[in-house]
Amino acid sequence: MKPKGWRELTPGAVILDAGNAREVKTGSWRTFRPVWKEANCIQCLFCWLYCPDMAVIVKDGKMVGFDYDYCKGCGLCAFECPGKKGQKAIVMEEEGK
Amino acid sequence: MARVGAVTGNEAVAEALRQINPDVCAAYPITPQTELMQRFAAFVANGKVDTELILVESEHSAMSACIGAAAAGGRVVTATCGPGLALMWEMLYVASGMRLPIVMPVVNRALSAPLNIHGDHSDAMGARDTGWIQLWSENAQEAYDNAIQAVRIAEDMEIRLPTMVCMDGFVISHSIERAAYLDDETVKAFIGEYKPLNPLLDLDHPKSFGPLILPDLYHEYKRAQHEVMTRVKDVVLAVAAEFEKVSGRRYSLFEAYRLDDAEIGLVILNSAAGTAKDVVDAFRERGIKAGLLKPRLFRPFPYEEVAQVLKGLKAVAVMDRADSFGGYGPVFMEVCSALYPLAERPVVINKIYGLGGRDFLPQHAEAVLMELEEIARTGKTKITKEYIGVRE
Repeated sequence: MKPKGWRELTPGAVILDAGNAREVKTGSWRTFRPVWKEANCIQCLFCWLYCPDMAVIVKDGKMVGFDYDYCKGCGLCAFECPGKKGQKAIVMEEEGK
Repeated sequence: MARVGAVTGNEAVAEALRQINPDVCAAYPITPQTELMQRFAAFVANGKVDTELILVESEHSAMSACIGAAAAGGRVVTATCGPGLALMWEMLYVASGMRLPIVMPVVNRALSAPLNIHGDHSDAMGARDTGWIQLWSENAQEAYDNAIQAVRIAEDMEIRLPTMVCMDGFVISHSIERAAYLDDETVKAFIGEYKPLNPLLDLDHPKSFGPLILPDLYHEYKRAQHEVMTRVKDVVLAVAAEFEKVSGRRYSLFEAYRLDDAEIGLVILNSAAGTAKDVVDAFRERGIKAGLLKPRLFRPFPYEEVAQVLKGLKAVAVMDRADSFGGYGPVFMEVCSALYPLAERPVVINKIYGLGGRDFLPQHAEAVLMELEEIARTGKTKITKEYIGVRE
């Protein structure tokens, strides 16, 4: 998308299109990414509940992965994840490794 | 028929606000603005206006509530002065950046410390860079007239900027003088129905005010804001022309008093200009070609027009009722910027006068004009910036 020039802006920086937050891909902010270990997942959906964005993808009532376009890598899901037998179902891994 | 009364400046502006009948007013009392809002609050309490008056805990909150109400889609006014304006600081930029046409009388008062409640221009001059339009008023009549015109200027669809109407604390706000009011119907017709721009309360078209704008766009938004300011002069003149038709009173970007053939002149804002005009008259009677420029629109500053009326003078004294410590007075800096592009320009000096309500007396203006005569004759300046009316 071509960046806007100053003549094309809405007065007062008012955003006239509702629900356009999805156009801003905040995933690029991430330094650590959550990685889902399905074998340790008990499908408690704590990750979905705690995610401050909407970056936990749930299908048919089950956690199936992350939406990395929007996950900012805050790590709340990994922190809250109870896992199974002491093994976390979500672990944070450094980006670029 | 116009009503003529003996009123204080605060009373005159409160009357203007009654006639404007805004949707919302959020305000906090502070001397010497208190009387203005007290009178307006009485209009609200007595059902003379339809305004929702929001009482808040500070001026920061007053301006915040005004911003919310203006973004919602209402015609909004408030009033403040001195430290109250200073406390609004952060929100002044928000109001102008969001392009909300809030009208705010500012009853000019000194800033602390030392604590002082009297009139000088430190408050509004400190807010000159906030993106607000500033109209300055010599007396109660001008403050009343400016308040009504401010509504039209601020709300112009090409402008949509908040506007301050400045008048001197106590000297004007609390002194009783003659003022002529327009009829309620005339004011109502003059300001017209309020037309909101992208109001939040238009629920069929949801929108967001106040987004985070990062380096990829912020610079462009400020460029756009600068552009809007360049359109203000024309709107101020057009509104003044219409106002003259309904009031018989003429306004412009500034008042050029006996400047046509002047050789020496004063540039001076607000109430002190009245005193200085008398002294200019006395000099004229003695055959000395003195004149005076009283700025009205200080933001945006009309550089080309000011240069045009001052370019023929030999010496000019810019009188500031505020100081930029370590710099020159704020009006001086603008006048010098206006004159600098000229190949031939007057010698310009800066006098700081009347801080914290110190009286500006005819002998002060006389002494400055005599100094200008000397400069005009010799071409020599003793000192560029100087405090006058000050004890050694």
